[in-house]
Amino acid sequence: MRRYILRRLFETVPTTVGIVMLTFVLFNVVGGGSAAETVMGKSATAEDLANFDAKNGYDKPLLFGRWAEVRQDADKADAKRAKAGKCRPHEFRTEERGGRTVLLQKNDGPFDTQFFNYVSDLAHGRLGWSEEYQQPVARVLAQGAGPSLSLTLPILVCGTLAGLSLAMACAAFRGGRADAAILVASTVLMSVNYVVWVLGGQFFLAFKARLFPVWGYESAFCLVLPVAIGMLSSLGVDIRFFRAAILDEIHRPYVRTAQAKGLGRLRILVRHVLRNALIPVVTYVSLQIPHLFTGSLLLESFFGIPGLGAVSIRAITSGDMAVVRATVIAGALLYQFVNLASDLLYAVLDPRVKLS
Amino acid sequence: MTAEKAEKGKMEEGAASGRGVLRRLWGCMSTRLCLVAVAAYCAVALYGEASYRISRAMDVTPSYNAVDDAHRNVSPVRSWGAAIRRMCGTAGAEDAAMPFRPLGTDNLGRDVAKRCVQGARIAFHVGIMTSLIAIPLGVMLGCAGGYFGGRVDSAVVWLCATVASMPGLLFILAISLVAGKGLMGIYLGIGLTTWVGVCRTIRAETMKHRDRAYVQAARVLGYSHMRIICRHILPNVAHLILIQFSIRFPSAVSTEVFISFIGIGVQDEPSWGNMIKNACGRLWQGVWWELASVTAAIFVLVLAFNRLADALRDCFDPALRTGRGA
Repeated sequence: MRRYILRRLFETVPTTVGIVMLTFVLFNVVGGGSAAETVMGKSATAEDLANFDAKNGYDKPLLFGRWAEVRQDADKADAKRAKAGKCRPHEFRTEERGGRTVLLQKNDGPFDTQFFNYVSDLAHGRLGWSEEYQQPVARVLAQGAGPSLSLTLPILVCGTLAGLSLAMACAAFRGGRADAAILVASTVLMSVNYVVWVLGGQFFLAFKARLFPVWGYESAFCLVLPVAIGMLSSLGVDIRFFRAAILDEIHRPYVRTAQAKGLGRLRILVRHVLRNALIPVVTYVSLQIPHLFTGSLLLESFFGIPGLGAVSIRAITSGDMAVVRATVIAGALLYQFVNLASDLLYAVLDPRVKLS
Repeated sequence: MTAEKAEKGKMEEGAASGRGVLRRLWGCMSTRLCLVAVAAYCAVALYGEASYRISRAMDVTPSYNAVDDAHRNVSPVRSWGAAIRRMCGTAGAEDAAMPFRPLGTDNLGRDVAKRCVQGARIAFHVGIMTSLIAIPLGVMLGCAGGYFGGRVDSAVVWLCATVASMPGLLFILAISLVAGKGLMGIYLGIGLTTWVGVCRTIRAETMKHRDRAYVQAARVLGYSHMRIICRHILPNVAHLILIQFSIRFPSAVSTEVFISFIGIGVQDEPSWGNMIKNACGRLWQGVWWELASVTAAIFVLVLAFNRLADALRDCFDPALRTGRGA
């Protein structure tokens, strides 16, 4: 057991490294140059942009080195900041590169680069400052996780139960009319766009029929409609997966044996088939658990639930890169963590796992 | 049991040739309808592309952007009524001036039907372009990983695991945000994240084929790895590419709608997501036709593709049957 845990722990290292590298490439290598424009907007002055770069470390070399290209007005902004006592003045020099003059700035040492700063920030849990919320990003994320969970956890639990029971009904009447009807219905459910689910649900059920509150996060009742919508929108896919998992088991020899013993259909389905079919189902469901924390993007922003989904949407529409980046990384790392936990749990529950 | 086996045999026979598959798809009523629907959407999208190109080449305001102040928020009911009255010759002055708008007009008097056609054009662009990014990437990595095994395979698996652990939609949004608002951002965002599924399927299938006799024979003949992969293995896994395309297409279209709806997708062009975004504000004022027509347009396309994907999977892979009567 200890060896298995160690091996599994060791396996998460390359993926975590990959996540760090991938996010670094996306947000610093590709997006670093334009981040200031995205966040500050078109009306920002060159000095503001230089200030933003300095504040977020985008004016450092990417991987390694002492000199990095910075904006032309960076030395002015730097002189101002140094005069105000906010930092010590940097060294600057100019260079001809491909027919144009660029301004280079010297950093504090060969390891004072974007990559190493990024890794060390991550290791220390420093996620940056959110321009949109005027708060540390870590606090924004911590505040959002609870409301997100209160929305997504009921969706997962109710959705899985509903999907499983409908899939069982399909399997019980396989080949019959009920089976065909549920299948057609699930394909239709799958094909309705997610945006339309949210819009239509809010408009017809909350606004027109006045069955539910349109907006808010005051009581549990406010969550009923978003949970129902979230459940319905994923029900189609769920039913089809669960049905396939159950039908995979239903042609096995042990089912024939149970039938030959004269057991009832319901008993075979629940006691024998379902138990074995639960293995892929549990894997499928556990893969969704990490996404519970990051919440549901549209549902939250439409129903005014202050979760991480609403936070991400607001950050994306206002171009708050620090929050977007932090949610992506937090989501990916959580995915790693939950996967590890569920694998270890599997090993405890099912001793065969350790051998393979 | 025997009937099932016979059916299975028939299906495997069908899987052997592309024409057999087409005949099977055409033979079933519902898939025939889906094929017709997809073909119709293709034609509509091509028409949209032509009108877009022509209006751009001639440097005029395209007809789907033509603003008509006199006829704002005209519902399809009113438009059809005026058209019928004109045909019967009982049209009043107002009816006579009313242009025929089969799906009504929006708040600027623009034709909703024509904008839906442009939406179909953009949806096809997204579906095809993202597939052109994701499928070659997935197939190349999957083939390499499955065929060579060892370190190459570990690298492929590592890459898949890394990308797969990113929070899906959020990662797509982040990529399109970084790549810049617009169609290119959407192509890159969806294309660079959804190749993982393609890669995993192709890799698993290639691994099955790697040790088969025909591959060993090809190796004994001294063929290069490149030739074995391209000429021998790839044709045998090609059906998976078709299935993956039919699965990916509708999901790419839906994702585009989502991204454009949030406002970081297509800019200044009538994509379905933008139309929903515009329409959802006016839904509260009773303008239902805009949202309804876009919803219906998306729904039919996605439904047709979903059903086709199921049918294709049933044809090629009897073991994975998800359709009726399994």
